[in-house]
Amino acid sequence: MDKGNSRGRFRDTEAAKGLMLVSPTALYATLLLAAPLFAVVVYSLMIDSKTGASAGFTFNNYIEVWTGKIYQAIMLRSLIVSMTVTLITVLLAYPVAYFVSFGVSQQRKALWLFLITIPFWTSYLIRVFMWKVILGYNGVINSGLMSLGIIDEPLTVINYSVGSMVATLAHAYAPFAILPIFVSLEKIDRSLLEAGQDLGESKFLTFWRVTLPLSMPGVIAAVLIVFIPTIGDYVTPELIGGGKIPMIANMIEVKMLKQNDKAMGSAIAVTAMVIVAAVSVLFLLLNKRFLKGQSK
Amino acid sequence: MKKSPALKTYAIAYLIFLYAPIALLPIFAFNDSRVIAFPLSGFTTSWFVEMWNDQQLWIAFKNSLTIAVSSALFSTLLGIFGARATTRYKFPGKGGILGLIMLPLVLPEMIMSMALLVILIGMGVKLSIFTIIIGHVLICTPYAVAILSSAFQSLDRSLEEAAYDLGETPASTFRLIILPLVMPGIISSLLIAFTISLDEFIVAYFLGGNQTVLSVYIFGQFRFPQRVPSIMALGFVLVCLSILLLTIAEYFRRRGIAKTGAKDTGGFL
Repeated sequence: MDKGNSRGRFRDTEAAKGLMLVSPTALYATLLLAAPLFAVVVYSLMIDSKTGASAGFTFNNYIEVWTGKIYQAIMLRSLIVSMTVTLITVLLAYPVAYFVSFGVSQQRKALWLFLITIPFWTSYLIRVFMWKVILGYNGVINSGLMSLGIIDEPLTVINYSVGSMVATLAHAYAPFAILPIFVSLEKIDRSLLEAGQDLGESKFLTFWRVTLPLSMPGVIAAVLIVFIPTIGDYVTPELIGGGKIPMIANMIEVKMLKQNDKAMGSAIAVTAMVIVAAVSVLFLLLNKRFLKGQSK
Repeated sequence: MKKSPALKTYAIAYLIFLYAPIALLPIFAFNDSRVIAFPLSGFTTSWFVEMWNDQQLWIAFKNSLTIAVSSALFSTLLGIFGARATTRYKFPGKGGILGLIMLPLVLPEMIMSMALLVILIGMGVKLSIFTIIIGHVLICTPYAVAILSSAFQSLDRSLEEAAYDLGETPASTFRLIILPLVMPGIISSLLIAFTISLDEFIVAYFLGGNQTVLSVYIFGQFRFPQRVPSIMALGFVLVCLSILLLTIAEYFRRRGIAKTGAKDTGGFL
């Protein structure tokens, strides 16, 4: 295996052993993940794959995706939905993570975490569908409020809108946000907080100037963990939006499968990946800047 | 630590919000009406009977089991290789390789399955249960690597060295010393991968061809309003099943941590 390596024998054996051991997993990922993604990039640069004939390479697909009104609208909607979901999820999750880290005794933390993670492991489809049942025209909220006599007619604002999509997604990704924030809060040295208060800071200022900055890596992780899957979500627009409020994933499906336009579908997919990567890098940079600003 | 009743109230309210949709499942699974709405009209178990007698559901369930078991076994095996290599050895390109293996965690599933679909169709592979397994192994492997890495990381290197000193070969050391110590990690990786595969929809929907699995079956049933109550019943059974599986996984994870003498950091992620 390590024929070519003659110098630095020990290190090379260790490196060769490691590489050999990781190779089945790495090979699998290369063949079935890296190669397909590469194929998508190639497809996105093709002129016309509908007829299977690719006469050459072009950037026209990208120009169409970036300037087309429908594409822009759908991508903007996906961004707005996933950013709103991320904001709501992280804001709502922070106090819970704070409570579990600071307000729960050591023995009961595992139980709390377990309770928080269980809903995440139950069928995603069924959880999304339950929101359709809850928010629908004849749904649980409307029928419940009507049978209690609070309203006379079903509320229409709550069904099949961008808002109900946001509510559904915010619920589905809640545990994802709590865990990373919790982990970063757990790492905070408790004596720093005592020091802050001994030096005359109020509880709120201690939180603002010590706890929050120190937990920022967890918050950033939570933002990314929620943002990335929600922007690519397929099920919620399909079920809650009734297919009438498509997001990026639904558009990819329509192009790739229903219209069999692999070139455009691939261009949208690559664009989505670029957006996700750009937003992720932006947040990571913000985090760095934030930490720097705090340490001044 | 400080007691803050407001925060505790909020946390409990949050948990209730988290569980509310799931709590509705049993209510409507046992409700004697085809319409999912209040007021409730009476107790019935007929939705469970209807669910039980659905032939298609059983076919989908069997397919899902085949896929989940194969994906769990294969992704855990790949996870063992990946986790062992990255925790025990230093090698060039480690960050990049690990990044590629973990990529499915941050890649929208839609993009992953479309990419796979493009290449599978391009190679002329017929879509079947097998192609779903390929996709599920990709999705489950990062979780397996994460779980198994923490299991391998908490191993004491000196145990391994002691075994070598006592004349064991690398293979027998792995079998006699390392494997038993990481066994709880392996079991919890198997269970987590099984649960993920059972629940996964996008890959199963697009890479399954005309083979129906449980999640795809459920998705298809949503189109028929009269089928909703029996889906509630099915959902209730599935929720109970996954809670059971997770409790077992959590039990093994904790036992594994206790075995290697590490501190419990809680949670799977």
